[in-house]
Amino acid sequence: MLSRVAERVYWFSRYLERVESIARLIQVYTSLLSDLPKDTGISWHNLVLASGSHAEFERRFQVKDEKRVVRFLLEDQSNTSSLAFSLKMVRENIRTSRDTLPPESWELINEFQIFVSENIQQGINRRNRHEFLEQVIRTCQGINGLIADTMRRDGAWHFLRLGKNLERADMSLRTIEAGASMSAEFAAADMPEAAEVVWSSVLHTLDAMTPYKRTMRVAVSGEDAAAFLLEDALFPRSVACCVRQMQESLDMLPDGVEVKKTLAKIAKPLGGKIDYVDLQKLLVFIDSMELHFRSLHSAVDQAWFQPR
Amino acid sequence: MKRSKDSSIGIDWSAYPADQFFDEMITPKGNARRASREVVRHFSGLSREELEQRRIAAERTVRDMGVSFTVYSDGENIDRVWPFDLIPRVIDAEEWQRTAEGLKQRVRALNMFINDVYHEQQIFADGVVPSYLIKDSKNFRPECVGITPPEGVWAHICGCDLVRDSDGKFYVLEDNLRVPSGVAYMLENREVSKRVLPEFFESNSILPVDNYPSMLWQTLASVSPQKRRQPVIVILTPGVYNSAYFEHAFLAQQLGVELVEGADLVVDDDDIVYMKTIDGLERIDVIYRRIDDMFLDPEVFHEDSILGVAGLMRAWKSGNVAIVNAPGAGVADDKVVYAYVPQMIEYYLKEKAILPNVKTWLCDVPEHLEYVLENIEQLVVKPANESGGYGMMVGPHASKKDHEAFRKLVTENPRNYIAQPTLQLSTTPVITGIGEAEPRHLDLRPFVLQGKELQVTTGGLTRVALKKGSLVVNSSQGGGSKDTWIVQREKD
Repeated sequence: MLSRVAERVYWFSRYLERVESIARLIQVYTSLLSDLPKDTGISWHNLVLASGSHAEFERRFQVKDEKRVVRFLLEDQSNTSSLAFSLKMVRENIRTSRDTLPPESWELINEFQIFVSENIQQGINRRNRHEFLEQVIRTCQGINGLIADTMRRDGAWHFLRLGKNLERADMSLRTIEAGASMSAEFAAADMPEAAEVVWSSVLHTLDAMTPYKRTMRVAVSGEDAAAFLLEDALFPRSVACCVRQMQESLDMLPDGVEVKKTLAKIAKPLGGKIDYVDLQKLLVFIDSMELHFRSLHSAVDQAWFQPR
Repeated sequence: MKRSKDSSIGIDWSAYPADQFFDEMITPKGNARRASREVVRHFSGLSREELEQRRIAAERTVRDMGVSFTVYSDGENIDRVWPFDLIPRVIDAEEWQRTAEGLKQRVRALNMFINDVYHEQQIFADGVVPSYLIKDSKNFRPECVGITPPEGVWAHICGCDLVRDSDGKFYVLEDNLRVPSGVAYMLENREVSKRVLPEFFESNSILPVDNYPSMLWQTLASVSPQKRRQPVIVILTPGVYNSAYFEHAFLAQQLGVELVEGADLVVDDDDIVYMKTIDGLERIDVIYRRIDDMFLDPEVFHEDSILGVAGLMRAWKSGNVAIVNAPGAGVADDKVVYAYVPQMIEYYLKEKAILPNVKTWLCDVPEHLEYVLENIEQLVVKPANESGGYGMMVGPHASKKDHEAFRKLVTENPRNYIAQPTLQLSTTPVITGIGEAEPRHLDLRPFVLQGKELQVTTGGLTRVALKKGSLVVNSSQGGGSKDTWIVQREKD
């Protein structure tokens, strides 16, 4: 498989995952804000933080109200983490590598982009937002399902899997980070009941509520939720599970010694050694994990995408 | 023009003006031509609403299928949706069979000509074609002299443009032997009409077109220098900004081969072409290139080309890789050379040309030039080497200023211009409004493949002018397209 195609397939998968993540994030956040007491001081700006694009947002905007934030995350083409931009990159990457993916995926992506460009206003206003975002999430799941069901498990498949899981793990980390930092604020403000609402929404964002309850068999708490999302080996959006899937794919690809080393570093602390009680320590830990994932991407890029 | 008020009738053929030009579907008396009878009947049977629904469905399908072409405008590349007209263009299967024979004959002779040009140049020595054609040709490549590509074939993939004149007969308008495009749209058009007009396919005997990818694969595989069961074939594209990128990606997928850019390939000191994969370097046997000669290899042609691959010509000359079409094949893609194709057919094949050329005046023949200058208002003047309809002038549609400008151009550079009569191009119905169809001019681009064997597409790509009275069918200049149905006539 061509190095260039490997790179495009990898980014296709990352951006597709990002589209779904943004939709989930806004979806859950909209409902979180309705559930929290008005005086919590939690604003729409936390959503920008969770999406990882706050630097760009702050450079451009003073006002941090709902409309501006949602527009920025949904339709802003100059925000490389926005839904519209990510979807454009999904199409751009499949357009240049459509010979390697199942033929129907091209048509689905086209329909998807037309749907989003025609309906994105529905996502801006609260009244139809839920329906619009639900449709976006379902379409992503449909495309993932099509690919999972029809694609040969060749090199391209493993690059898809690498990209998806790297993006996923990164998103899970940022969601946990957002939850932990909000909890820390509530603890300081003596509002422990708000923390439970926040962690529920963290679990919902990652579609983890039911699996969490069935696995952990406890009520929702910050410590247990964070532990589940970081260390459960079997839940697809937990960091440990993403890491395991990446390891499996790495074993199927040629070379990549440096990538394997970096991934091993990430995997090491995920074996019951994390302090969940001290929120500040947890935040520092998550921060270091995010940096490791960034090095992981560089290692992948060096190993396979740079023509030798 | 009178219009039907009855909304139960889709297209009212009695209101359709078929008597101005040769119409391919409707006779001047308003009856359906024999091969089109079923199609015309079907369209009459659809109500206005149904017809409009089908039209919208077709538009939607084209968009969902992502069928597009890229135009360059105001310094920007814009991806446009492929314009598709719902009513198919119908050609009688028996007529097509003869036409296909004519196309094969033509391409066979053209390939013999190119091979002759790069070897003995016997045809010049025998005085059949003047040798100055080659000396002054922009597309003659001295680097190719003495090379014999596999099977002696240079132009493996040709797009020959056909038009019908007022007599209803097919004429060859030009031969595209460099990197002809459009075949993906031919295949996609069929896909669209199968989806939106499914019942038409039940009652008509419409010959399929979808064997093209396997025809193409066979052609490419048959010229592989290494005779192995699974030759490594790639399509070389200039990249996503090329107007035909959609087609490059589409064909790569249909053929199951890699779509590569210049930077993905490398030629080593062993004169072998490799592609850069995640496993290292992999040897390539056949390159179906969709970039022009001059960008192929910076070692030999434009040295600043970043689209090509350094050393590609070395590898090709050593016989380690096949390039399709071969470098230098464009020497026969020249409107002056075109004028001599009937003579070539007689010379190389000892046969009469089955398909006639359009009458052509060569501006560097003094008597011809004189005629062209005197009659420029009635003529179509074309540069010898351009494609895509650029740089030409249609006399009757042009201004006095243009006539003057072209008189000057042809006088200054006669070798570079030819003139042809303004043909009364045939028409076919195009949907122009709800329940309305009007005649529009059209042409046809069939594709001829030559490797070990010679094959022709079933029909080809029909391009149609969407503006009333316009003769320009190029999609880059506002043309549209239709599915082309080769229909076996019912016995009556």
